Amino acid sequence: MAYQWDFTPVFANADLLAQGLVNTLKVTGTALACGLALGLVLALLRLSRLRLAAWPAGLIIEVFRTTPPLVQLFWFFFALPLIAGIEMTPFLAAAVTFSIQSSAFFAEVFRAGIVSIERGQWEGARAIGMTHGQALRRIVLPQAVKRMIPAFMERAIELMKTTTLVATISYADLLFAANEIAQKTFRPLETLTVAALIYFVVITAFSLFARRLERRLAVSGESTVH
Amino acid sequence: MAQWDFSSVLANSDALLVGAVGTLRIFAICLVAGLGLGLLIGLGRYSRRRVFYWPATAFVEFFRNTPVLVQIVWFYFALPILAPFTISPLAAAALGISLNSAAFSAEIYRGGIQSIERGQWDGARALGMSFLQAMRRIILPQALKRMTPALTNRAIEIFKMSTLASAVAYVELLQQAKLIASLNFNPIEAYTAVAVIFFVFLWPLVQLTYLLERRLARDE
Amino acid sequence: MTLLAVSGLAKRFGGNAVLAGIDLDIEKGERIAVLGASGSGKSTLLRCLNFLEIPDAGSIALDGKLVGRGERELVQVRQRVGMVFQQFNLFPHMTALGNVMEGLCTVRRLARPEAQARAERELARVGLADKTAHYPAHLSGGQKQRVAIARALAMDPELLLFDEPTSALDPELVGEVLGVIRALAEEGRTMLLVTHELGFAYHVATRVIFLADGAIHEQGTPDEVLKHPKRERTQAFLARHKEFSL
Repeated sequence: MAYQWDFTPVFANADLLAQGLVNTLKVTGTALACGLALGLVLALLRLSRLRLAAWPAGLIIEVFRTTPPLVQLFWFFFALPLIAGIEMTPFLAAAVTFSIQSSAFFAEVFRAGIVSIERGQWEGARAIGMTHGQALRRIVLPQAVKRMIPAFMERAIELMKTTTLVATISYADLLFAANEIAQKTFRPLETLTVAALIYFVVITAFSLFARRLERRLAVSGESTVH
Repeated sequence: MAQWDFSSVLANSDALLVGAVGTLRIFAICLVAGLGLGLLIGLGRYSRRRVFYWPATAFVEFFRNTPVLVQIVWFYFALPILAPFTISPLAAAALGISLNSAAFSAEIYRGGIQSIERGQWDGARALGMSFLQAMRRIILPQALKRMTPALTNRAIEIFKMSTLASAVAYVELLQQAKLIASLNFNPIEAYTAVAVIFFVFLWPLVQLTYLLERRLARDE
Repeated sequence: MTLLAVSGLAKRFGGNAVLAGIDLDIEKGERIAVLGASGSGKSTLLRCLNFLEIPDAGSIALDGKLVGRGERELVQVRQRVGMVFQQFNLFPHMTALGNVMEGLCTVRRLARPEAQARAERELARVGLADKTAHYPAHLSGGQKQRVAIARALAMDPELLLFDEPTSALDPELVGEVLGVIRALAEEGRTMLLVTHELGFAYHVATRVIFLADGAIHEQGTPDEVLKHPKRERTQAFLARHKEFSL
């Protein structure tokens, strides 16, 4: 007996899926922006010669790279509110978890990029009287960031995929919306397949864009770090 | 301010042990299946024959570009409708994680094989080796050495991904922590304990990959 | 009048004493050529003079004022002591003009139009008026080094340090860089030049220093050191370089 596919219940709930996708992008965008900023700070702290700065930064990076993201999410959603005595919404928990988690990965990308810049660049900058901060901002980071772009892109894609975990704490992202529709309409096969395809299209589009950008950078003759 | 009290977690250490066994089981399955299948698909991606190349490429692109949790949920809730059998939480989670890991490791294998210079192939072929002999005896052993850090990294990812099985109620560490937290009202201690367990287990592995990476960089 | 007074300068790397007590007074308008075998400490001496390396011992006084070790003070000193590197160390993400403007804008805080006019003047002076918009990747080695010289000159340094400025260049490109340095010499600029171009040193320097084992082994006028060296090691060094005609 062949299964009768029927996508009409899925399309009837297209607005829920669309809202889910918007929510997915919202978490991804928030975590990306905060993760990049925090990642740069963590990288600079870790590269600092001050042990008191380097050591805690290293610990945060290691812990968040080493533990499973779902454990982190549960911890921030269920445990942190009790410790800190604050209200925690699923969105806030997701934003905090994925911001810190991706910042740990971004920090390592930043660090690899910064140390990949040869010593002569620092010296050229120092020799015309720049301070450490000026040399970092004007000379080293602009070159490093260019080399890091492929690794950033890869991480951003990973981040978007990781955000599906928010469905487990009932944040209405695309996966959660699909699950809701599946239960409501008794059409899990169609709904989940459509959801998977939406993820596939969005992520593929982004990674094609990333590849094109990488090629353009490769043409300009710069090496990259990972 | 909550009082930290790990005694309620320790009292449930047998439940955590059951969870740990579940975690190790799904990890072992996905490690073998994922990295094994990945090698086949990686060879397909390396092949110049279209019948191998295109299916392998489609597989890699699809599984790399969809979230693994979506795959697990799909295998658990959607696949049974098409398949004439029921699917256990373990099967659904293991399928999702293994196929996802196969797609990622395929690219590692392909990159490793491609990184071996042409002269090695020429040398092997000049001795009268067939393609497969050259691959098995000459190319793969050298490529595997270069791939070790990346593959170890994949293994760590698989271990972390195993927690996603809790989304379909497979009994592993995180699932057990949920259970303990809901029975004893101690989410702080339960989730902290599980995070610590994962960290303690994975941290040495992460250090090992750093070491392998450094050694490889030095040898090359 | 003494511009830079160095006394007892020492620097170790690991267990290695690279500089073992250097005393050196640089007068305004002097052009000093520093010679020595590789490993004799020439580069380290130069790099200590603008504190890219922090000396382990000894003192350096600029214009009679002792230089401390605070970052602020070192930044000030580096603006007054320019340096040209063997490997150029141009900033690849900036054009030739951008490279020369960088110190003026970021360090000196000049307004952009003013900095640009100044940078264009410096590039014209080294013969690169038509290359201002080029990125380093699209310049020859000799052109890169001339941009690097313009970058140092733009800061109006009282002392210019050249660390083997032609060693990384193809032989046919050496001449254009030496030409620029010679022109600077004729302006009466104070400079310290580490070089293997003995002929150039002979004609341009007012004083020649021969370093060995991190100490000044012999010094004097170019004629004294290069034509009539008194000490054996200087003689041996020069004998090895005798393919260079003076």
